[in-house]
Amino acid sequence: MKAPTRDDLIDFVYEEARMLDDGRFDEWLDLWTHDSYYWMPLDYNQEDAKHVTSLLHEDAFMRKLRVERFKGERTFSQKPKTRCHHVLNRPFIDHMDEEKGEYVTHTAFHYVETRLDDQILLAATARHELKLIDGKLKITHKRVDLLNSDAAFGNIQMFL
Amino acid sequence: MSRYANNPQAIRNLIRPTEVHRDVYIDQEVFELEMKHLFANTWVFVGHESQTPNKGDYFTTEIGTQPVIMVRHSDNEIYVLHNRCPHKGTKIAIDRTGNTGKFFRCPYHAWSFKTNGCLLAIPLRKGYKDTGLEESESVHGMAPVGAVKNYRGFIFARLNKEGPDFESFFGESLSSFDNMVDRSPEGRLEVAGPPLRYMHRCNWKMLVENQTDTCHPMVAHESSAGTAIDLWEKMDKPEGTKKPMAMEVIAPFMSPYEFFENMGIRTWPNGHGHTGVHHSIHSDYSAIPGYYEQMVEAYGEERAKAILGENRHNTVYFPNIMIKGPIQQLRLFTPIAADKTLVESYIYRLVGAPDMLLERTAMYNRMINAPTSMVGHDDLEMYERAQEGLHSDGLEWVNVQRLYQEGENFDEIAVENGTTERQMRNQFHAWEKYMTMTMEGDA
Repeated sequence: MKAPTRDDLIDFVYEEARMLDDGRFDEWLDLWTHDSYYWMPLDYNQEDAKHVTSLLHEDAFMRKLRVERFKGERTFSQKPKTRCHHVLNRPFIDHMDEEKGEYVTHTAFHYVETRLDDQILLAATARHELKLIDGKLKITHKRVDLLNSDAAFGNIQMFL
Repeated sequence: MSRYANNPQAIRNLIRPTEVHRDVYIDQEVFELEMKHLFANTWVFVGHESQTPNKGDYFTTEIGTQPVIMVRHSDNEIYVLHNRCPHKGTKIAIDRTGNTGKFFRCPYHAWSFKTNGCLLAIPLRKGYKDTGLEESESVHGMAPVGAVKNYRGFIFARLNKEGPDFESFFGESLSSFDNMVDRSPEGRLEVAGPPLRYMHRCNWKMLVENQTDTCHPMVAHESSAGTAIDLWEKMDKPEGTKKPMAMEVIAPFMSPYEFFENMGIRTWPNGHGHTGVHHSIHSDYSAIPGYYEQMVEAYGEERAKAILGENRHNTVYFPNIMIKGPIQQLRLFTPIAADKTLVESYIYRLVGAPDMLLERTAMYNRMINAPTSMVGHDDLEMYERAQEGLHSDGLEWVNVQRLYQEGENFDEIAVENGTTERQMRNQFHAWEKYMTMTMEGDA
């Protein structure tokens, strides 16, 4: 890929969600740069990821840990396994800088997570910061804002 | 059919020296009696004064299942009021925090109250002339709780007017709060952001017991902490690479049994106790640049070393909070029903200390106690399986026997092997005491 088109960026966001729904986690881990962060704030309009509590603020190590834990023999909260399902609105392209190869998308989506007889539905917005590296789009930062991030949740075990 | 109300002997029969009956976890009548007696007779955590820094600032929460408002009055003192209009019962405030100015005004009929609860005004008051309003409950305004205490910024309340005083209820256990606050060079904490809110479909006491359960981390958390250690060891990295902060936080959960045996448990009267008498999973965190020097400046070397050398793990304040002094965290286990508990995890900033300490504290909170946390998932899975399993009629009793000694006296402070379940037995001893203290029906 030289410079991604708007469609390429949109396809990327859809494909990322599909990997999670399909449980293709190792492929999903490869979408990220080594110094990227996955951030899910706890508070509405939260600006600081580090000095107040976030729901998630995961670097490459923590994302890999979550994926490896899913596979573990003694991961009892994954017996049986959780499944998830994303329904995405068409992503907005908020920013395109072809010179730097940097792109930002904004995607509203609904997320369903299920295990045993439980199923939860969450409404959320994802902000992807993407970078073109060696002809491939990579995620440098993904921010997921839950509409009800301040509500009391039971377990949310997968990545949104 | 009522089996437990006004029947203190039936309550006592639920607690044996080494086991407790499942009804303490699954019976809704027992739960309601806990709310009526246990949570009214004891000192229950409400909030931190920094959540209401200015006059008129309020914070809504629950004591047990009772909705209350914590508010800073014009005299700068913090009051705790029942969150109920004396007129029709409407909750006066429902947002979690706010500023009400000089008075509360009920949104239904505009009865208004000073921020200490006193009735200020009623619209069209002449309609109550000669009706005997002065004789009614309503005329006193919003009802205050029985008693309030601000201990070094932490606000506690007792619902009942009569009952044990704060100092005799907590006694020497307050040393854990002291250590947490003393870790600020200025001797002051400030709440950092909103708490994590995590709903648990289990009884609140399972969470409280788990705080001093030192035989579960290496089993239940093998999936998270064990996997983290494996990953780190297999990772391609230069020799001598320093463990990242996240590994320092999670790896100690896999410490062997001997580590937990040697860390020790201390129990205090009235159901309080803590793990980590000699060392803990928080002992070996990296030093934060500049912090020790600030502490020496503030307290002198000897005292600074004493404060920082105390690395208690979990301190349980009966009935329903746990604090971690070394990382400035407080977890509140709010009962909702016999099988439902809201867990709120707060963190605090050490005023005057480097931000990197707060970064570690916030990391701990999200990594270990969030509804999105792997360690949280490990624990909740066990609580919910237990809550369901207890409905099995195969057995009726839960075992809390580990390192039991004949004739244990919970009115005395004791330090024991860190894997004892003495602190759980201590909690149930206090549970029985405060459940039956105000119950009628003894012959």
